[in-house]
Amino acid sequence: MNAFSSPSRLRDLIRAARACKTAAEERAVVRKECAAIRSSINENDQFFRHRNLAKLMFIHMLGYPTHFGQMECLKLIAAVGFPEKRIGYLGLMLLLDERQEVLMLVTNSLKQDLNHLNHYIVGLALCALGNICSAEMARDLEPEVQRLFLSRDLDIKKKAALCSIRIIRKVPDLAENLMIPAASLLKEKHHGVLISAVQLCITLCKVSDIPLEHLRKSCIKGLVQILKELSNSSYTPEYEIAGVMDPFLQIRILKLMRLLGQGDVECSEYMTDILAQVATRTESHKNAGNAILYECVETIMGIEATSGLRVLAINILGKFLSNRDNNIRYVALNMLMKAVSVDSQAVQRHKTTILECMKDSDISIRKRTLELVFLLVNETNVKPLTRELIGYLEVSDQDFKGDLTAKICSIVKKFSQEKKWYIDQMFKVLCIAGNYVKDDVLHSLIITISNALDIQGYCVRSLYKALQNHPDQGSLVQVAVWCIGEYGELLVNNIKVSEVENTMNVTDSHAVDVIEASLKHHLSDITIQSMCLIALLKLSSRFTSTSERIREIIIHHKGSVVLELQQRAIEFNCIIQRHQNIKSSLLERMPALDESSYIGKRTSSSQVNISAVKLTRPTPVASPSLPNGVAHAPTNPLLDLLDLIPDDNPVPTSSTNDIVQDLLGIGLGNPLTSGTISPSVGTDILLDLLSIGGTNDQNDVPVLDVSSKQGSEPLTNPSTFEVMDLLDGTTKDRSTDDEHPVYPSIIAFQSGTLKVAFAFTKKPDKPQITQIQVTCTNLSTDEYMDFIFLAAVPKFIQLQLEPASGNILPANSDGAITQTLTLTNSQHGQKPLAMRMRMTYKVNNQDKLEQGQVNNFPPEL
Amino acid sequence: MIRAVIVMNTQGKPRLLKFYDFQPPEKQKELIRSVFAVLSGRPDNVSNFVEADAIFGPGTRLVYKHLATLYFIFVFDNSENELAMLDLIQVFVETMDRCFKNVCELDIVFNFNKMHAIVDEIIFGGQVLETSSEQVMKAVEEISRLEKSSNSISFVPKAVSGRFGR
Repeated sequence: MNAFSSPSRLRDLIRAARACKTAAEERAVVRKECAAIRSSINENDQFFRHRNLAKLMFIHMLGYPTHFGQMECLKLIAAVGFPEKRIGYLGLMLLLDERQEVLMLVTNSLKQDLNHLNHYIVGLALCALGNICSAEMARDLEPEVQRLFLSRDLDIKKKAALCSIRIIRKVPDLAENLMIPAASLLKEKHHGVLISAVQLCITLCKVSDIPLEHLRKSCIKGLVQILKELSNSSYTPEYEIAGVMDPFLQIRILKLMRLLGQGDVECSEYMTDILAQVATRTESHKNAGNAILYECVETIMGIEATSGLRVLAINILGKFLSNRDNNIRYVALNMLMKAVSVDSQAVQRHKTTILECMKDSDISIRKRTLELVFLLVNETNVKPLTRELIGYLEVSDQDFKGDLTAKICSIVKKFSQEKKWYIDQMFKVLCIAGNYVKDDVLHSLIITISNALDIQGYCVRSLYKALQNHPDQGSLVQVAVWCIGEYGELLVNNIKVSEVENTMNVTDSHAVDVIEASLKHHLSDITIQSMCLIALLKLSSRFTSTSERIREIIIHHKGSVVLELQQRAIEFNCIIQRHQNIKSSLLERMPALDESSYIGKRTSSSQVNISAVKLTRPTPVASPSLPNGVAHAPTNPLLDLLDLIPDDNPVPTSSTNDIVQDLLGIGLGNPLTSGTISPSVGTDILLDLLSIGGTNDQNDVPVLDVSSKQGSEPLTNPSTFEVMDLLDGTTKDRSTDDEHPVYPSIIAFQSGTLKVAFAFTKKPDKPQITQIQVTCTNLSTDEYMDFIFLAAVPKFIQLQLEPASGNILPANSDGAITQTLTLTNSQHGQKPLAMRMRMTYKVNNQDKLEQGQVNNFPPEL
Repeated sequence: MIRAVIVMNTQGKPRLLKFYDFQPPEKQKELIRSVFAVLSGRPDNVSNFVEADAIFGPGTRLVYKHLATLYFIFVFDNSENELAMLDLIQVFVETMDRCFKNVCELDIVFNFNKMHAIVDEIIFGGQVLETSSEQVMKAVEEISRLEKSSNSISFVPKAVSGRFGR
């Protein structure tokens, strides 16, 4: 009978598993053991069933599948002996899932065991039911469980109460059946039973309103009485923890009171005294006492308490904050966060203590404090709080700086009443934690600066100073470089110096110095370096004395290994060297950036990778002031063009065509014009541009920042003009022409019966393209049917024939057929146009054919 | 509601697992790993509470105690009082200490069966059943007595496990 006389097997398994050095070894041991157990199960070995299951539980704990042992659990539960039943139920709880059908088979055994004479076996069954019961089982076994409420054994009573919790969770309908027995359990004296009963009541209240109402009426007195006794500590050492009477029971009762008092003024009023008593009398030196206080505070916050009681509660939390125990501070912060919404005023009073917690050694407490402080900030206290936070930013450790910086930035942005204060705070943050500031925060800072006309000088001077002291703070460098580039002259000339500033003597070369230093700084990334190049370019037009030096720096970067920098350097050098006449307008200061449209743009283009380079994007504000609608052409084609025409690599004539096509492609990346790309559109753009090009001194035209890399960047007029200029080899002659050139029409063909006339139109920017309007007239007295005009050209010319206006040509010149041809002469200027044509038609159903060669094209074509 | 009771050693080996919502073995392994990753990274001077939303789902927290070579971990949802849970761990550990007379990791390894008996007497289906370690002791001892008296043996008597030192 006793198969366990040698207990070595389970012990051996544990030892073997412990001795394994690697996971692979452990897997091997478990696999071997599982195989043995399976074969033992297959042999239906009764002696080892008990031990097999124990081993399976161990294997389960190690994380291996044990489903094959599920039936063994059921067999053991059905056994007679206590040890078998116990291990069977244990296995049932650990190895089985309530979703499994096997579980249905156990219902009957459970029913029998719930009625067993041995109350330990009843306890086992209750325990298993409380852990794994499914909805069906709950319905089947609920009467048995409820009957056990009346058991004389206290252990069974409390287990039955807790088991009902699971039953109600599975089948909420049963709540009403259990409400009265649950209420009667609250009259018990035994603490264990009381805890269970209170927990059952809590569950009932959460599930349905009927028990809630019932308990409000019948139980509130009893609960207050129990709490009073506990609080007055009538001594029962069994349930005392660290000098506090049964904290668990107190906590549960407080929790139940919270549910009862919520939304019920009368009930809440009834509790006020006892809550105040608990809040004032409970010992707060030990964790257990604090746990009660904490729960009590939560209850006060939850019920319809008087404001005096609330202040008392928040003061308890305030006291918690100065407690030495991390855990107490942690829960206090949690609770205060909830309390802010209830009574913000009372929480504000503990601001100083809360701020102290920012310096806590525990990061989870610091994070919580930060969240809380964030909730506490309002218009009145934003300045001192920001000062504190920034002061703390200096000493905080690295992992916390990111969070802290983000929160400070958002507070400062949200509550700033004056621009100068906002800018000042942001500069401070940039100096301390510039590497943690997010790009979007930077963008909005720059927008603010660009709109703050009266303090731009102050900004650029502060940034200049800051940059010298903190060259390693990435975002600071970006903002400073941008501002020096834009507002460099304010820096040098000390314009609009306010009283509070110390005057500085900054010369042109100092300004260039700092930017050059940033350009060379080892921590500067491409973004910063590109921005430095732009700033230098801008400064070159402002500071004439340093322009030669700037040119050298830019030329130096023409050899940069970073493509982006190299490209910029080449472009900028080109601007400096070859386009002096437009440089100053190109490098104008940017117009004030419009915040609302910027925000709109950000949300619409959120899928575009946002990089700091965007800082310099010209905003659409500028567009309405433009005389035409083509301002949105993207920058990319420009860059392409610049690539095509590097100054040391002259363009072969044959590629001119490509360039023009590239120009036409300006619209390609732009949804506004992409639908209408055709030669004529391209021509219009250029014509419009030409009319602008004549007035170089337009001041309201925004300056192009070639830094923008995104294809969606709007390109403003002068830059497109720049494109023109770069093409000056081919268009110079015509670029001054404001009118369409006029070409004389010719008679291309004339016979006794047919006349063909050509009229020419040509866009000045595309000399190689000629549009010909063909007009055919019938000189005979017979009507021509099925008239077809055909043309042929040499290989160097491309011909495009549009459909004719008709195919019937009336007699006696009484009407005409018109047709448009487009000729593209790829060797324009070298070879003249030439064409042959053929006209076929039917006169009185007879096919006729006439052909001829056009030799008299105007020479300019 | 308490979601799980976990005892693991400082190497991340589970010593006792009790989930009050069923977890399949793979998931269970993963949970252990993530809990261990969180706890092993925590310094000594920090609070005993960890937000466990990422591991056990929204609203869950865990409280742990680090004693000798073991972590005692209770996972629970927001209906429980964190400080009370910390005390409950204390009750649990005290009870084990009484049962095994100066409990050590080896006792727990070789007597997980008895450990389950203790847990089941303290927490019942995710609810607190009993908070007096004396009462728990009584119940557990009675169960052991019943197991022995019905002419079956406990798996590993204390004396035997004592012989296997580390």
